[in-house]
Amino acid sequence: MKRVTLALSLALAAGLSAQAADAQTLKTIKDRGMLSCGVSQGLPGFSSPDDKGNWTGLDVDVCRAIAAVVLNDPTKIKFVPLSAKDRFTALQSGEIDVLSRNTTWTVSRDTSLGANFTGVTYYDGQGFMVKKSLKVNSALELNSASVCVQTGTTTELNLADYFKANNMKYEVIAFGTIDEAVKAYESGRCDVFTDDSSGLYASRLKLTNPADHIVLPEIISKEPLGPMVRHGDDQWFDVVKWTLFAMVTAEELGITQKNVDEMAKSDKPELKRVLGTDGNLGEQLGLTKDWVIRIVKAVGNYGESFDRNVGAGSPLKISRGINSLWTKGGLQYAPPIR
Amino acid sequence: MGVEARKPPPQLALKLRRALGGKAGWNGVAVQLVFGAILAWIAYEIISNARTNLETQHIAAGFGFLKNSASFDVNQTLISYSGSDTYFRVFVVGILNTLLVSVVGIFFATVIGFVVALCRLSPNWLVSRVGGLYVEAIRNLPLLFQILFWYLAVLAALPAPRQSVSIFSAFFLNNRGVIVPSPLAQPGLVPFLAMLALGLVASLALRSYARRALFAQGRAIRIWPYVLTLLVGLPLVTMLVFGLPITFEFPQLKGFNFAGGARIIPELVALTVGLSTYTAAFIAEIVRAGILSVHKGQMEAGSSLGLSRGATLRLIVVPQAMRVIVPPLTNQYLNLTKNSSLAVAIGYPDLVSVFAGTALSQTGQAIEIIAMTMGVYLLTSLVTSAIMSVYGWRISRSLGA
Repeated sequence: MKRVTLALSLALAAGLSAQAADAQTLKTIKDRGMLSCGVSQGLPGFSSPDDKGNWTGLDVDVCRAIAAVVLNDPTKIKFVPLSAKDRFTALQSGEIDVLSRNTTWTVSRDTSLGANFTGVTYYDGQGFMVKKSLKVNSALELNSASVCVQTGTTTELNLADYFKANNMKYEVIAFGTIDEAVKAYESGRCDVFTDDSSGLYASRLKLTNPADHIVLPEIISKEPLGPMVRHGDDQWFDVVKWTLFAMVTAEELGITQKNVDEMAKSDKPELKRVLGTDGNLGEQLGLTKDWVIRIVKAVGNYGESFDRNVGAGSPLKISRGINSLWTKGGLQYAPPIR
Repeated sequence: MGVEARKPPPQLALKLRRALGGKAGWNGVAVQLVFGAILAWIAYEIISNARTNLETQHIAAGFGFLKNSASFDVNQTLISYSGSDTYFRVFVVGILNTLLVSVVGIFFATVIGFVVALCRLSPNWLVSRVGGLYVEAIRNLPLLFQILFWYLAVLAALPAPRQSVSIFSAFFLNNRGVIVPSPLAQPGLVPFLAMLALGLVASLALRSYARRALFAQGRAIRIWPYVLTLLVGLPLVTMLVFGLPITFEFPQLKGFNFAGGARIIPELVALTVGLSTYTAAFIAEIVRAGILSVHKGQMEAGSSLGLSRGATLRLIVVPQAMRVIVPPLTNQYLNLTKNSSLAVAIGYPDLVSVFAGTALSQTGQAIEIIAMTMGVYLLTSLVTSAIMSVYGWRISRSLGA
């Protein structure tokens, strides 16, 4: 029923509030004293609550960084857990200020949803997980398999494309949430569970016997995941976009949670510019001079956040791979802060 | 001789005034017109505002998306469908899946409901307590949990495809569903069906002729030998002439799953079982109330005529009870149809799951899609209650009320 409520609130918001289009998101958040951030319903490494209800993850760190630059407090966030199919409606209706929920950037989503992607937090690709006992070594051996998937995702579309392109038959069973899909996979309803490969590793942790399942080597799609904001508020778009770039830049310059205060005393012109001891770049964004310092203090640089949530320092142990900095042969690259 | 009664003056204007304005007269009419105009204006404002706002927010609007190809697959379709079909076809697929589960669910809910009601009313202590236990246990648990229970219970109890339970190597039972041989049409099918239809029509005509003879002239005509010949003999002869109407394609294990044959997916089974057992608990109470509303003298009259308990119920009590039963029964049918939208929790591809779920998040056009979905449920509910109204009206008429 949440979906109907959302749709109705969207209809009401669209119908009754005349200023919906030129919303001043930044000002609204400051007045409210709280950032409303759309996240997943629990995907370890990206956004999931712990037993005390604290949200952690790579996507959550983006929310925390934004709250730090806007409100100077990375805890002033209302996390709104959303299923894949409710997420865009929640953003359109204004229920959330930013959607940071492992969402794939595609042209149709960028154009027809009234929303904009602000960058890429994680370069992902779709994969398949199967039980070891099936003795399958390649996705091309999956002809006639039953596949569990979460509904309302690009995953569902790639799946159809992949099986069609390879002339294979399959049966799709689409579930409302990732947990239901994983549960059905575990109960034997499906031979295969498919998701972004980061999601596969995360879901595998939740299974009773993770070692009994393998992720097949094929990556069948490009899934650049990133945050989204509503169309038509350029200032807010810039804030979210540059918060991401600042995290990447901080890693590039070697600014970490530990050494950020020392770095701020440095004489190097680039560090002075980035950390706000020189110039007013932060103010041009509608923020404060020390915006990058706030981000790094709250969540660390991109590399630190990656390691803590999905990388070597986390149970997922995903290697940096294409998510390394461009200087190390990866794709993470930020335009210069100057 | 009598003076002809004077015709009353034409009162068209008066009648109109009364119908539109009630006691308040022409003032009432004016107030109603103003009220209607205000409502129309508000509706217009909301719609036009929504349009402009969607436009300025660059959210796609309108129904053009229905012609685009959906490019996702659905695991149960009653009409042929593939990923390259349009969103409109997804819409139809969803409607058909919802109707399928509703119709099958309504059928079983009614049957189970009547049986449980008769159990509760039974003079046998054990039987009536079992009926009571069923009603109290089922109607006091949330439906969503019951559906999930059936789904997970069904799945947990069944083996994997390679260890399927096989019945005569033709029917297979595993956690992918029930696999049955699928019928393949043969050239003999058309004449076979035609003869079957002919036999049916002729039997019905014969029956109505026999009834008329019974009621009008008191002649009892034995028709069953003719009916048997028409319904069995005629198609049998056709089969001998034209050959078998259908042959069966038997399922075979290939790779992960069975190839060939038709399959009933476990999602459909779990949803139908969940919906029909749940609704049956309410129907049982409605039927019980209806039967109890018939004076017990009717029951006694029946037994004093020497009718058995079953015959008394069937011929005397239930027809009278139906007058009380039908209106609340309609409500339960509507509830079942609407509750079928819980399908999304177990991955059954109903309208809400494939259209208001997948299609919505692929296109982002929430207003249009939700409006269409609500429209379908509204229409289905109205049609159901119209059918039930006609049925109720016929019962009342046949009872002379």
